Amino acid sequence: MGVLTAVIRLALRDLRRRRTEALLLLIAIAATTTTLTVGLTVGGAADRPWDRTRAATAAPDAVATSARSADLTALANAPGVTGTAGPYPTVSVTDLRVRDVRVAAVVQGRDTATGPVDRPVVTAGGWVRRGGVVVERAFAHALKARPGDEITIAGRRLRVAGVAITAARVPYPSSTPGLVWTTRADLRLLGRPVTSHVMPIRLADPSTAPAFAAAHRNVRSWQDMGAYATAELHLVNQALLTGTWALALLAVACVAVLVGGRLADQIRRVGLLKAVGATPRLVAVVLLAEHLLVALAAAAVGLFAGWAAAPALARPSTGLLATGRPDLTPGSAVIVVAVALAVTGAATLVPAVRGARTSTVRALAGPARAPRRSPRLVALSARLPVPLLLGVRLAVRRPRRAVLALVSLAITGAMVVSAIALNGDITRKDARTTGIMFVPGAPNPVTEQVDHVVFVITFALLALAAVNAVLIAWATSLDSRRPTALARALGATPGQVTAGLSAAQLFPAALAGTLAIPLGLAVYAGARAAGGASGGGAIPYAWLPAVIPGTLVAVALLTALPVRMAGRRPVAEVLRAE
Amino acid sequence: MAILRACGLRKEYGRGTGLVRAVDHVDLDVEAGETVAIVGPSGCGKSTLLHLLGGLERPTGGELRLADRRIDRMSETELARLRRQAIGFVFQAFQLVDELTALENVELPALLAGAGPRVARRRAVELLERVGLADRAAHLPAALSGGQRQRVAVARALVGRPYVVLADEPTGNLDSAATTEVLRLFAALRADGQTLLLVTHESRVAATADRVITMRDGALVGQTNLAGAGGGLGAFAGLEG
Ligand SMILES: Nc1ncnc2c1ncn2[C@@H]1O[C@H](COP(=O)(O)OP(=O)(O)OP(=O)(O)O)[C@@H](O)[C@H]1O
Ligand SMILES: [Mg+2]
Repeated sequence: MGVLTAVIRLALRDLRRRRTEALLLLIAIAATTTTLTVGLTVGGAADRPWDRTRAATAAPDAVATSARSADLTALANAPGVTGTAGPYPTVSVTDLRVRDVRVAAVVQGRDTATGPVDRPVVTAGGWVRRGGVVVERAFAHALKARPGDEITIAGRRLRVAGVAITAARVPYPSSTPGLVWTTRADLRLLGRPVTSHVMPIRLADPSTAPAFAAAHRNVRSWQDMGAYATAELHLVNQALLTGTWALALLAVACVAVLVGGRLADQIRRVGLLKAVGATPRLVAVVLLAEHLLVALAAAAVGLFAGWAAAPALARPSTGLLATGRPDLTPGSAVIVVAVALAVTGAATLVPAVRGARTSTVRALAGPARAPRRSPRLVALSARLPVPLLLGVRLAVRRPRRAVLALVSLAITGAMVVSAIALNGDITRKDARTTGIMFVPGAPNPVTEQVDHVVFVITFALLALAAVNAVLIAWATSLDSRRPTALARALGATPGQVTAGLSAAQLFPAALAGTLAIPLGLAVYAGARAAGGASGGGAIPYAWLPAVIPGTLVAVALLTALPVRMAGRRPVAEVLRAE
Repeated sequence: MAILRACGLRKEYGRGTGLVRAVDHVDLDVEAGETVAIVGPSGCGKSTLLHLLGGLERPTGGELRLADRRIDRMSETELARLRRQAIGFVFQAFQLVDELTALENVELPALLAGAGPRVARRRAVELLERVGLADRAAHLPAALSGGQRQRVAVARALVGRPYVVLADEPTGNLDSAATTEVLRLFAALRADGQTLLLVTHESRVAATADRVITMRDGALVGQTNLAGAGGGLGAFAGLEG
């Protein structure tokens, strides 16, 4: 018990002492857990609106369409069929008008009494009557049509009698044109030839619907329609999971860098702890506990944020019955917490164990990573201007820190690259839905939602990249605070140490920027594959090289800033703070 | 002519009940070529005073002149430029740059002062030889003993041929033999006319100065002139004998 108390107390105290870092760690992990939560929540509930709509509308298990109603009558007697309705005659028109909007539509002639299969649920107004049509709800939504509105079909003036939901046809705009129902008499009065006949079919075993559809011409199964009806949810889910993979990969890197940096800082403390008798295992446990605490907090933040954001990011089609806010299942919560812990644990374990193994004397003596000589570079640096010479020597003597910074910079750049790739890919797919099949001016709920999600993921990637860049620069400047203060004591001006340190980061930054491009594309491709998305051909390659100068500028500025700020303080003050 | 002149110099830390007057109205003139030792109990403000004189810390009040230039109001950049030619500093806790070898530590101020890489290196090697560390030139500070680090720090303070060398306990971590080594170095410097300000708690070191100033609670409370009494060089002579 005493050990546990000690571990928790030490971990908490250290976290409080380093609030900013703990916060950044939290943000990095929370970004991943949030997208994961939204993805799982949306994915888990994606089929529910369709299932509910089917249950509420006595939905057919298959829908047959044919130009001749005689074919359908024959199909009604096929084995496995236990019930049918209709066939209903339908007429395709290209001139449905509501107010000043004109759009194509399919008009289906119905009986005023609904049949045994496919009984649309009227959500506003009433069912079809003479002179009164019913508009499919998603279509009505796009048309902004309400009961009582005037509607003109093929030049015939009618009224909207109601708005209804069906599971016998995929809602607009996932299937076009939109659907309206009239009485059979009104359909005839349109004076247009019947395009086809539609027959909803009930099967003895709904699960055989795909086989039934395959065996007969022009028959669609309910499963096939469902996939389209919930397309927005599945697409959003896919985009989210793709983004989650990318974020998780990058968060691991982010956390590893953070932990690595903190460890360098804590190595002194590690020595102290050990000097007062703590075992290596306890030291490792404290480090791990500290980061796992942050991970748990981040998981909680992510679960809440994801749960709160899910309804806003993924709304089922208005053509389906609402099923309320999707729940966060215990299974999803467990997955999210496990991912947060795994990401942090994986990134913390190695440095923690290594820190615990460091001998006490070495840990107390200072740098865990003994500076190594790299004679050629150092000899070369002798010809450089003094500030740069200082910067290069400081960097070369801390090879691990330099490599760590390079790797994390490359990862940061990779985030930006994958964000660019993701965005470019989606922009291409998001070709505006125009043409007579679509209601002009009405937004497309499918692409709109995917857009939102992509925006959120892009934002998360860029935010993480920014956090990471700041961290790296911060670590670099913290690492060099003492040597630069000393250099100032020896006569280097604040400007010189700033320039030297910034310039020394440029070579690794350029390398990192160059590595970032293939790395980012690979992460994106991997994430797409893992998220089950297809395509991926519209990445704006022309934009990608901009990542290199972008990295250089960001690194130079971000490093310069804290060094410059420390340069304003008197030397003795800086040295004392070390 | 006083090369270093402090007038009513003050440094306070904290405020209210936590106020510490680390340096309290200090008036001090150091003549060119003079060796001054500052002694006093631990915590009396010796290091703080030295930091103020070296422009490493900003005074709360008072005036400070180095070679007739006001330095208490200078910007950090001007101070840094001034330090290159004017001041060599030996910190109480070595304060070597961990990432640089002994030789690189020593040559850094010379390079900053504008010496060519070859000239700087030659001078650094020469000084390391003088402090007896020629064979440790390529070592990083982590691989040196406390005494060796201190000697590197002394060499580093001298490399830029500063007007004034400010040394905070330069022999604090040295054994008797190493102390003798450093004192011999200071004696040679003095003979060259180097101005030297030492903080020490060892009477043996203080005895080598022209003047010994006693500090207590941030203020200068006494002064002994050794130069006139035949101290100074005599003390060094004793060491050599
Ligand atoms: N940053 C600070 N904040 C508050 N008080 C400080 C600070 N730095 C130094 N002091 C106080 O100022 C006083 C003088 O400190 P200083 O380091 O100058 O003493 P010193 O004479 O060099 O001691 P020593 O012989 O032990 O090195 C001390 O009382 C110390 O506690
Ligand atoms: Mg002191």
